[in-house]
Amino acid sequence: MSEAAWEPVIGLEIHVQLNTATKMFCACENHFGAEPNTLTCPLCLGHPGVLPVINQGAVEKAIEIGLALNCAIAGRSVFHRKNYFYPDSPKAYQISQYDEPICLEGHLEVDGGRIGITRAHLEEDAAKLVHSGGEAGRIGGAEYTLVDFNRCGTPLVEIVTEPDLRSPEQAIAFLALLKNTLQTIGVSDCDMEKGSLRCDANVSVRRAGSGQFGTKTELKNMNSFKFLGDGMAAEIRRQIDLLERGLQVVQETLHYDPGTKALRSLRSKEEAHDYRYFPEPDLVPLAPTPELIERLRDGLPELPAARIERFASQHGLPPAYATDLNAEPRLADYFEAVAASSDAKSAADWVLNTRPAPVDTVPAATLASLIGLIAGGTITNNIARQVYELLVADPTADPAELVERHGLASIGDSGELEAMVDEVIAENPAFVEQFKSGKDGVINALVGQVMKRTQGRADARQVQELLRSKL
Amino acid sequence: MTPDTLGLTAEGCVALLDAGDVSCVELVDAYLARIEQQDGDLNCYLRTRADAAREEAARFDREGRSGLQGVPIALKDILCVRGEETTAGSRILEGHRPLYDAGVVTRVRAAGLIPLGKTNMDEFAMGSSTEHSAFGTTHNPWDARMVPGGSSGGSAAAVAAGLAPLALGTDTGGSIRQPAALCGVVGMKPTYGAVSRHGLIAFGSSLDQIGPFALTVRDAALALQVIAGRDHCDSTSVELPEPIAVPEGDDLGGVTIGVPTDLLAQGVEPGVREAFDRSLEHVQHLGASVREITLPTAVHALPAYYLIAPAEASANLARFDGVRYGLRLEESGDTVAEMYGRTRSSGFGAEVKRRIMLGTYVLSAGYYDAYYGTAQRVRTLIRREFDQAFADVDLIATPASPTVAFPIGERIDDPWAMYACDLLTVPVNLAGLPGISLPCGLSDGLPVGLQLIGSAFSENRILAAAHALEGAIGFDPVPAAMRGAG
Repeated sequence: MSEAAWEPVIGLEIHVQLNTATKMFCACENHFGAEPNTLTCPLCLGHPGVLPVINQGAVEKAIEIGLALNCAIAGRSVFHRKNYFYPDSPKAYQISQYDEPICLEGHLEVDGGRIGITRAHLEEDAAKLVHSGGEAGRIGGAEYTLVDFNRCGTPLVEIVTEPDLRSPEQAIAFLALLKNTLQTIGVSDCDMEKGSLRCDANVSVRRAGSGQFGTKTELKNMNSFKFLGDGMAAEIRRQIDLLERGLQVVQETLHYDPGTKALRSLRSKEEAHDYRYFPEPDLVPLAPTPELIERLRDGLPELPAARIERFASQHGLPPAYATDLNAEPRLADYFEAVAASSDAKSAADWVLNTRPAPVDTVPAATLASLIGLIAGGTITNNIARQVYELLVADPTADPAELVERHGLASIGDSGELEAMVDEVIAENPAFVEQFKSGKDGVINALVGQVMKRTQGRADARQVQELLRSKL
Repeated sequence: MTPDTLGLTAEGCVALLDAGDVSCVELVDAYLARIEQQDGDLNCYLRTRADAAREEAARFDREGRSGLQGVPIALKDILCVRGEETTAGSRILEGHRPLYDAGVVTRVRAAGLIPLGKTNMDEFAMGSSTEHSAFGTTHNPWDARMVPGGSSGGSAAAVAAGLAPLALGTDTGGSIRQPAALCGVVGMKPTYGAVSRHGLIAFGSSLDQIGPFALTVRDAALALQVIAGRDHCDSTSVELPEPIAVPEGDDLGGVTIGVPTDLLAQGVEPGVREAFDRSLEHVQHLGASVREITLPTAVHALPAYYLIAPAEASANLARFDGVRYGLRLEESGDTVAEMYGRTRSSGFGAEVKRRIMLGTYVLSAGYYDAYYGTAQRVRTLIRREFDQAFADVDLIATPASPTVAFPIGERIDDPWAMYACDLLTVPVNLAGLPGISLPCGLSDGLPVGLQLIGSAFSENRILAAAHALEGAIGFDPVPAAMRGAG
């Protein structure tokens, strides 16, 4: 297989649950994790005679998404009915937007590349089905299926990208930036495990350099960046393999099983639904005023794409650092707070390297003073890590006081270090002999001995210099 | 005292109650007694709520009343009443008890009107004779061999037969005006958006409107006052530009009435035409001028309507799947799709299935533009055509129905003949306009309805003209067949 001869083409469809107080078309509470079927009413249960009423908060969040993705906001957009029979859809149609969506033609810059946003539109989520027995995740063959209507009617924004992505890695980078953008503007918690961010990928491959698209397949709803990346990679390999064997890719919808790493066909093009879209007669078109759009635009915080650029320019960070610090808004906020009173490069190192602990465990000002102790030569980097662990255990402690209490201050300029060097030279005549006879590498063994004695309170380079001068 | 409810108007009820001649309970009992006596043959009501109605009446007798409080009303069984069975005339909703009151029901209760029960109708309001009810047909009080019209046939016949002074119906393509015409009562379809559809079990959502039946135009205005206005539960409802006024005047000076000659050439039977022409003479005697107009696109309203309404219905009726409420039929080993199929095949009647299939077809990929898209374009043209017409005339007059009541069974197997009943009423729904049908005479002993159509939100102009004409025509709404029977 010669993967280099093939170019993957990827487009994403992302569903984002909005964190509004109430559902899209009724007054039911909108939140995750409640007892099943407790957040329902005749409207979201699709009872006879009910009529949808648009949640203005959801409309505003959708507009904010559009603005954050550099979209045009439509002066008029229309809801449609998307018809299909399935127990997750109590009306047997989903109210969605079709040919007149609320947001159009935007883009997001990822690693220097511009990824086009075709559209973003408002719709309602379906109920959650839990199948028992039979093949996992399918109603066919299930012994029974339970329906939780709490999720039914949750406001959703579907974001569709252009087929501008050229690798699973780029697709994941895009998704990470998108997720951070949505979290930054505060429209969704974007928790893939809870399903508040869901992603389908349209994947095809073509001969490198070809201007035409190959036949695409759709990978459905993967619930982590890793599974999404693995699924796309597996599908790209499968398509290349087919094409290299002179076979054709068949347009179909696929499910990637992260457990077995297998791709399974959900339905073929022939089995695709005819959704019989038509304009929802129970709703009037959305017509946001220019004043509303401007108010929402003015209210947007600094967006991650801009922040990444600013981190690089203002703080002089490498682009990769700037990007990594913007993996989520909390991290970037934390970095800025630390960098406010310490060296930015050190702050970036510390914030990125301490990520396994929740980012805000140690207060930003405390981490900044810890970094200050290193810069001032009071402690070494190694000791600073020990102090950090102490701070994780007691976030209210003062780093300088901890250094004092535990006797962790560097001993570089004191007679104590010189005495230790003298001791090590005296106790290791064999190494000293070897070094003097030209085996330069032996110096490391001597440095190690000294470092052990200082318990990390000295700088290894300084110890080496001291040893050399004495020998 | 037990009042005679035959021919008793809502205003008559109010007068009796205000004078203390009858109590609210006595009034309700009088209607319930007449229902007991007459409705076994007529089948206007699917069910009454005798105990609840008496209780509500007793409360007014205890606590005092004013205005319309204590006046009975009948509700078409397509309007949701909390906790009380609401079927839309369909087997698939038998036993269904809504969890909430429809917007109009809330307003009816707030006004102190007392619902007597739920009236019969064509299943999901699909029909023009009430023969498509899953619960038996309703008979016309003027001649029990005849249909009462439909789909709100139960409500129209109940008012005609003295089984309720007021009733609410719904009108998607003529379902208030046509049965009003065939039963010799007043029926009004308000402007689309004037009355909340919240709690109206949807048929054609862009066409459905709720409106009143009454014996007089003034009564219809009183009922419309109660139900009209913006409801936050219906995004398509609006506040009226001016409140509904109960009409007083008796002349039509300065009013211009248009008569669409091309629409009338579509097949109005001679007896209806004669009665219509006589009412045009009354119009002129009252000081109005009559002008011939043309509505060339409205002639195509019927086919456009029979694409749009079924398309919307196919989606509206998809929720009846046996999963959450209503009928559910399944056999062991059924897949969910088989359960859907079994439930819907058995739960829906033939006419409903016909329209679901038609609607599904016209929305299908590859057919949408040719059918639904074209129908919507025709609809837009019809709207414009009416707008232009109303630049020249104040009101448009037609018969409400091309024929008088026809025999039960005559059209039940001929959908096209049944659909043709709506010829003169559907253009009004497609354009979203208000229209009234008032009785204007008899043909072969059966009532003929005159339809007056106005521009959007011109309800007061329509009611004023209809009231003036009503006085000039002097139609007696008590069916000859009923005289002396009460």
